[in-house]
Amino acid sequence: MTQAMAYPPQSSSSLRPLRRILVANRGAVAARVIRAAHKLGLEVVAVYSSADENLPYLSLADQAVHIGDGPAAASYLNQDALLRAALDSGADAIHPGYGFLSENADFAERVESAGLCFIGPSPRWIRALGHKTAARALMREHGMPMTRSSALLPDQIEVVTRTAVDMGFPLMLKPANGGGGIGMLPVRHADELPRAWQQAQSTAVKAFGSADLYFETLVEAPRHVEFQFLADRHGRVRCLFERDCSVQRRNQKVVEEAPAPGIPREQVAAMASRLESILGAIGYDVIGTVEMLYTPATGFTFLEVNTRLQVEHAVTEEVTGIDIVSAQIRLAAGAALDQALPDTVACTGHAVEARIYAEDPVRFFPSPGVLATFNLPAGDGIRVESGYCAGARVSTYYDPMLAKVIAQGPDRAAAIARLATALAHFEVTGVKTNIPYVLRILDDPEFLAGRLDTQLGARIAAAATRPAESAA
Amino acid sequence: MPIISSPLSGRVVSLAVDPQTSVSAGDALLIVESMKMEIPVEAESAGKVTKFLVNEGDEVNEGQPLVELQ
Repeated sequence: MTQAMAYPPQSSSSLRPLRRILVANRGAVAARVIRAAHKLGLEVVAVYSSADENLPYLSLADQAVHIGDGPAAASYLNQDALLRAALDSGADAIHPGYGFLSENADFAERVESAGLCFIGPSPRWIRALGHKTAARALMREHGMPMTRSSALLPDQIEVVTRTAVDMGFPLMLKPANGGGGIGMLPVRHADELPRAWQQAQSTAVKAFGSADLYFETLVEAPRHVEFQFLADRHGRVRCLFERDCSVQRRNQKVVEEAPAPGIPREQVAAMASRLESILGAIGYDVIGTVEMLYTPATGFTFLEVNTRLQVEHAVTEEVTGIDIVSAQIRLAAGAALDQALPDTVACTGHAVEARIYAEDPVRFFPSPGVLATFNLPAGDGIRVESGYCAGARVSTYYDPMLAKVIAQGPDRAAAIARLATALAHFEVTGVKTNIPYVLRILDDPEFLAGRLDTQLGARIAAAATRPAESAA
Repeated sequence: MPIISSPLSGRVVSLAVDPQTSVSAGDALLIVESMKMEIPVEAESAGKVTKFLVNEGDEVNEGQPLVELQ
């Protein structure tokens, strides 16, 4: 139990005094927000579903409130239950974490309408940037570099085909309300289009509740590089450098690192500065990440803005020394940027993060179950974020991430070596994990040389399934 | 009679074909959702679907028989 105190100090009229935060999330991010809030002297209310009642971080919170059954729709996505828990427990703010309702503008509005502080960007930014074609239009207007894209496509395959032919192949068909790489399909020839159209529409409706699709020109084998931002509510924006998140499986990140290896620093600095200007000009606030694609030929091109804290924020924390979650809370409460961050922020050393999933390391099928053994690694330069402990059940209801292991070192090679050693000592039984796959990545010659692109993870996975060919 | 078993624990979200449908190896027979992922369970060889042993919405365990093929 921490001693509650008003934060930020009430002497400044623009600041909103906070005392107690409800974390509308679970797992590693709930544990992370509890730690940051306690550091600021704030009380924390955790919430849990029936499937999560024995998870270890609940005992770290000052209060834990049961909000419903295991399925997310009955608990972590239940806006009424979350708002009731916040109001009944006397919370004055809600931190949404990542996933679930973190980018739901309606929820953010309801939080504010209830007189609570939403610890994230203003709802208008969540709404404006959540719709991909609208976000692209806004960013294009402000000079953001981007590849060609279509308007929203009508549900008429003849028109869709004509648009594709006019734009030229290859194209990426994407859900307009999408995110997390879900539902994106590459289309390289017109005859692939009818099937891709049907599949993308079906996925988009199921995942995002909308069949809206559009085309972007496909950048072949790009790197995924993103820029972390913090901003106050007065138009000041600070970029905390970049992260390379190119190593993915099923379009979802597995290994992330900072800084991005092999991209000239002056090119990164110029892009960061340009993004600060754009986000400052539109009045973006609190926290966000601009995701971009990069190739040496195209430079940086805009992908999307994530209007929330991200899973991989710890990588940036390790190279900057900034506690991003604490800063997010302070900025949401109205603190000025110079109150939340030091005057200058340097990028020192290198950090690499691996997401450890409960899944088959070859086929990537989910592997729920009870964690019979769960011994987290430790050591110099190693940081682990997890919401689990031995004996906990990894449910089928939620995403498969068991832990994030972050290694920091004076340079890239040292950080990678530390991460590989740590993962070799991470003992998990009871469920399968992707640790063998991540160890293959960390030992891959292309990865070690910094030759990264978004297909590298798939190439390494494919190589593991044909050992005979590789040996031949 | 070949039986296709579930490669993972989760929930059957949809049956991809009707009973008595002839399928080829690699065709999706049903979709199992687990940990926010939808995994198609595919026919390992060509044949005819004679019977589904589960219904949409059923919770299934890894290794549980799902479909009979002929």
